[in-house]
Amino acid sequence: MNEEIIISGRNLPYIDPVLNIWHWQIPLYLFVGGLAAALIFFSAYFFIRGRGDELKTSVQIAPILAPFVIVIGLIALLLDLRHPAYFWQLYTTIRLDSPMSWGAWTLAAIMPLSVIWPLTFLKEIKEYFSESGKRVKGLIQWIEDIINAIKPLKLSIEWFTKYRYQLAWVNAILAIILGVYTGILLSAFNARPLWNTSILGPLFLVSGLSTGAAVIMWMSRSKKERLIFSRIDLLLIAIELFFIIHLFMGFLASGAVQIEAAQLFLGGDYTAIFWAGVVMVGLVIPAILETMELYGYHIPISIPALLILIGGLLFRFIMVEAGQITRYLY
Amino acid sequence: MRYAMTMDTRKCVGCSDCVVACQTENNVPLGYCRDWIVEHTAGTYPHLDMELRSERCNQCDNTPCVRTCPTGASHVIEGGIVKVTPEECIGCGACIQACPYDARYFHPDGYVDKCTFCDHRVKKGQTTACVAVCPTKCLTFGDLDDPNSDVSKLLRDRKWKVLAPEAGTKPHVFFLT
Amino acid sequence: MKTRREFIKISAVAAGGIAVLKPALSWSPDFLKKDIEPLDESKAKRYPTFCEVCFWKCAGFTYLNKDGEIQKIIGNDKDPHCNGRFCPRGTGGVGMYYDNDRLKFPQKRVVDGDGTHKFVQISWEEALDTIADNMKDIADKYGPESMALLYHASSGSYFKHLMQAYGSKNIAKPSYAQCLGPREAGFVATYGMGVSSPEPTDIKNTECLVLIGNHVGENMHNGYVQEVADAIERNASIITVDPRFSTIASKSKFWLPIKPATDLALLLSWIHVLIYEELYDKKYVEQYAFGFDELKAHVKNFTPEWAYTKTDIDPKDIRDSAYEMAKASPAVIVHPGRHTTWYGDDTQRTRAIAILNALLGSFGKKGGWYFAEKKSVPHFPSPEYPHPKWTWKDITKKTYKGAGTGISNDLIKASLPENKNEHKVKGWIVVGTNLMTTIPDVETTKRAIENLDFIAVVDTMPMEITGYADILLPECTYLERYDDIRSSQHRIPNIALRMPAANPRWESKPGWWMAKEIANRLGLGDYFAYDSVEEELDWKFKQMGTSLEEMQKIGVKQFDKETDLYLADGEEHYFNTDTGKIELYSLDLEAKGYDPMPKFIEHKQPDSGFYRLIYGRAPMHTFGRTINNPNLTDLMDENKIWVNPKVAKIWGVEAEQEIWLKNQDGKISTFPIKVRITERIRHDSVYMIHGFGNTEKGLSRGYGRGASDSEMITNVKIDPIMGGTGMRENFVTFLLENPHLEENKIENKEAES
Repeated sequence: MNEEIIISGRNLPYIDPVLNIWHWQIPLYLFVGGLAAALIFFSAYFFIRGRGDELKTSVQIAPILAPFVIVIGLIALLLDLRHPAYFWQLYTTIRLDSPMSWGAWTLAAIMPLSVIWPLTFLKEIKEYFSESGKRVKGLIQWIEDIINAIKPLKLSIEWFTKYRYQLAWVNAILAIILGVYTGILLSAFNARPLWNTSILGPLFLVSGLSTGAAVIMWMSRSKKERLIFSRIDLLLIAIELFFIIHLFMGFLASGAVQIEAAQLFLGGDYTAIFWAGVVMVGLVIPAILETMELYGYHIPISIPALLILIGGLLFRFIMVEAGQITRYLY
Repeated sequence: MRYAMTMDTRKCVGCSDCVVACQTENNVPLGYCRDWIVEHTAGTYPHLDMELRSERCNQCDNTPCVRTCPTGASHVIEGGIVKVTPEECIGCGACIQACPYDARYFHPDGYVDKCTFCDHRVKKGQTTACVAVCPTKCLTFGDLDDPNSDVSKLLRDRKWKVLAPEAGTKPHVFFLT
Repeated sequence: MKTRREFIKISAVAAGGIAVLKPALSWSPDFLKKDIEPLDESKAKRYPTFCEVCFWKCAGFTYLNKDGEIQKIIGNDKDPHCNGRFCPRGTGGVGMYYDNDRLKFPQKRVVDGDGTHKFVQISWEEALDTIADNMKDIADKYGPESMALLYHASSGSYFKHLMQAYGSKNIAKPSYAQCLGPREAGFVATYGMGVSSPEPTDIKNTECLVLIGNHVGENMHNGYVQEVADAIERNASIITVDPRFSTIASKSKFWLPIKPATDLALLLSWIHVLIYEELYDKKYVEQYAFGFDELKAHVKNFTPEWAYTKTDIDPKDIRDSAYEMAKASPAVIVHPGRHTTWYGDDTQRTRAIAILNALLGSFGKKGGWYFAEKKSVPHFPSPEYPHPKWTWKDITKKTYKGAGTGISNDLIKASLPENKNEHKVKGWIVVGTNLMTTIPDVETTKRAIENLDFIAVVDTMPMEITGYADILLPECTYLERYDDIRSSQHRIPNIALRMPAANPRWESKPGWWMAKEIANRLGLGDYFAYDSVEEELDWKFKQMGTSLEEMQKIGVKQFDKETDLYLADGEEHYFNTDTGKIELYSLDLEAKGYDPMPKFIEHKQPDSGFYRLIYGRAPMHTFGRTINNPNLTDLMDENKIWVNPKVAKIWGVEAEQEIWLKNQDGKISTFPIKVRITERIRHDSVYMIHGFGNTEKGLSRGYGRGASDSEMITNVKIDPIMGGTGMRENFVTFLLENPHLEENKIENKEAES
């Protein structure tokens, strides 16, 4: 028998008996971060590719959500802080080694741009919602009125609209940084064997893009756009599955603690929820449904989209929670 | 100057005096601790082996906690001591996640707290509170850069190990076996 | 049926008391919240003290923080008890002061119209008057001898003085008959002197240390532990005999995992090996010992092979460990242990230990036993004590002829209603000892208390015993009071001062003041003919060549040693025995009708499904005394029952599972205890830390945490020589379901109807 115990009564909150520093805030933050990154990225990408008119939802409409999603993320992040009154300390220094610092600065940069971007499309948005209810129209009108009333604002929106192409490039780059960051945040923690793999960055980026694609798919009114995003999503799901397999192969080929970490998902406590919840419900089933759609079966698009969103959220919750259980000592 | 600590597992009886002494020295709130005792027993009765270790922050050379800190609250001071400035800490928990030794915790006031190698005492030429109190003298503190310091001598003369060397942190608390 | 002296749960009163005070500790005492900057020791105010968390009484300094509040306690470098290093309990002593569960006001027992008992807060005036009145009544009715003092706190010395002035010598400490008595008696019978405390074992210089069930390191006798750590560093060999893989066993060259209750067989066989393989110190034995030939004949058959059949220890290991001792002789110590009341033949077991030391020539030799010296403290001038008509000796010495001091459980028995002889004890003063956990067989103690005319309890904390008091006096902690001078035996004679570092919290008062006030009320003021304790201490210090003022600065004073530490080669030495020699064959024991040489007696082994209950210490606790100390419960807040994995498998119990215990007499534990599955305990035994499972609800951190071993000790094996209460012949079995549920249901039904 091997018995290793702490005998001085250590019972640190959130640390003993198992690490539980991050609760729902961080996984939610990672999820919405990935989602916002995807919305901004797709919009910028297709705009640069000059397909703005063809893929209206992704380029002009869906990015409206991005700032709201980012705000949810920021609120979650703020709620996670145990010393929130000192939040501003994040912006007194840039620390390239710290993904948290990266994230803070990226969000600081992308947040205003994510607001400006849809404002440059205000005319198109107004048009898009022309058949909608009074309230939506009223709201858009109200925003337009404010912009028109404040001259510097009007001028700067006009300036951004002029340089929309360059703005798209900045947005695309920042979106990729944000997306990768959500994965790097975890993989920067060498001390948690489950997170200690470079595959996590690309995996979270792809997963984030997939949730973004799902949202666009769900929102889009055009069948063509839906099909395009179905195909994109299928590709992303395929890459994701490949990465997941790769992840576990990597763990099993590593040291004892990584193998132990992988065991959590290969027979351990997280096996059922991960393979059924994340892989089947979040990836395989939506992939099948999307493929059926491509082959002409009529599937309500909301089903695969919702499943992908649920799967993506669950994936982040599981990774954060399970990662904290894995450790080097005791 | 490179401060380090050695911990003689042969002499330690696990009395936990280092833990209380640290609490009363550093105003560590009850229910929290900056150091702790691990007991490891291996074998089957009556063929047994037991090791007792007084553990704390390893004041690593390669500091994942300092690296992941987004504000610079976690930093390294002279002698390789890792410290946290409470007024710069936002309590994000990144450093706690980054530490393979679980040596950091949230102070009830929100900031992250940890062993400081009693730098306020060391500055005045005293040794740390835990070393000063240890009834078995199993703890030794000193400067690794000084070949004549007690820690340097012990590391030359005795067999030792560090915890979780595979985490790559280059810890500076050495366990004499 | 209502008992005469119903136990009162302090909580009912304390709750009201607490309401007007600060809220109970949450995560930190106030002082920790205010002072974020670490204390600068060089600028801080400090006051000398010596520790009261255990009997080792290490001297140190109490440091105050910027706000003048107690911050920490650090050992005094000049103190040989601690060498400047306190143990966890000493360091955590601050928690005793900051504990908000402390007794706060004098209280008295009041019986309501409906017969319920409760405590009511009273003035000090009324409390002291009531005690004095009751003492007068008892003296008038039965004579002052019928008043007994049971104590373990330092302030007991002032109460002792009060009792003797009042006319009673019926004074006892549980530390004798419940703890170290047998070893004292065993050594007195062999060397003509007891071991006393701190033990004069020269561990600092030893080459071989033999420990019989002595878990040094877990028992945190500071100076002793320090010297053992040094011995480990010097690679001295340690031989540990213990059914449990104790901390020190893990550091020993030989760990002999003995079958419990067979230690004497091992000791006798070691004696056999030393004698028959001619490994003993012949010159030493010839010069100093008496009765070698008788001993040789006595142990003839106690071969290691014979011992193997009793102890389960490989004969080779028995021989090898004996060779190890012989090799180190005379720098070898067979340690007498401290808590030695195990199986009822404990004086004889310690006799075997004493004999073993004599054969190894270690007594009075470097690396063995040194001759300790102690500075005698003068008594403040006071009238001669009256001569009591009878004393504890008249009760105890008839039966237990080897008893050295008062036997607490005998004084308790003298209070039982069935005690028909002329020596009756009718009143108790209890100072700083929770008799309910220290004295085995709680039911007898309870019956004795019911039969008392009066009982006053002095304590700092609500403990089970305080619930039985008629008058309850809150004593301030050692950090808030002066006490008598500590003068202890050591290599160098030394004295230490304890002085207050803070004012007493609430209405608590120092013990010396209570004793003096009671004396005044009894017309015994002449015995306390000083205005303040400072005056008394200063007088004493001046007689010893120092002063209170000097002692307040230095805390500890060392004096020159007058006698040699060791015997020189061949030096004449007179031992205080009948023959003037070390008596391997004890004429004194023989004359009193006991075996002159130790004999092995088979003790009962557990029945199937039962396990021998072994209890012991944890380094962070002193019995039940620290059970509510916030700093120390932070380190350990409950005990667990150690169960061998094989046993756990049979029972299907899992780690951390809560179980109840039932002993051989059907006694069931009040509280459940969590299981620790560990290889560190033998399959036929279970182990738990003593002092937990407190039933006093006034202890917010101590109540109901873990289970009480004392409660499970109903079979007490009395040592026929000195009256010690052997407590290790109790066996427990496990109850996996809550045995109290059914009872609760019945009680509830009764209450409803």
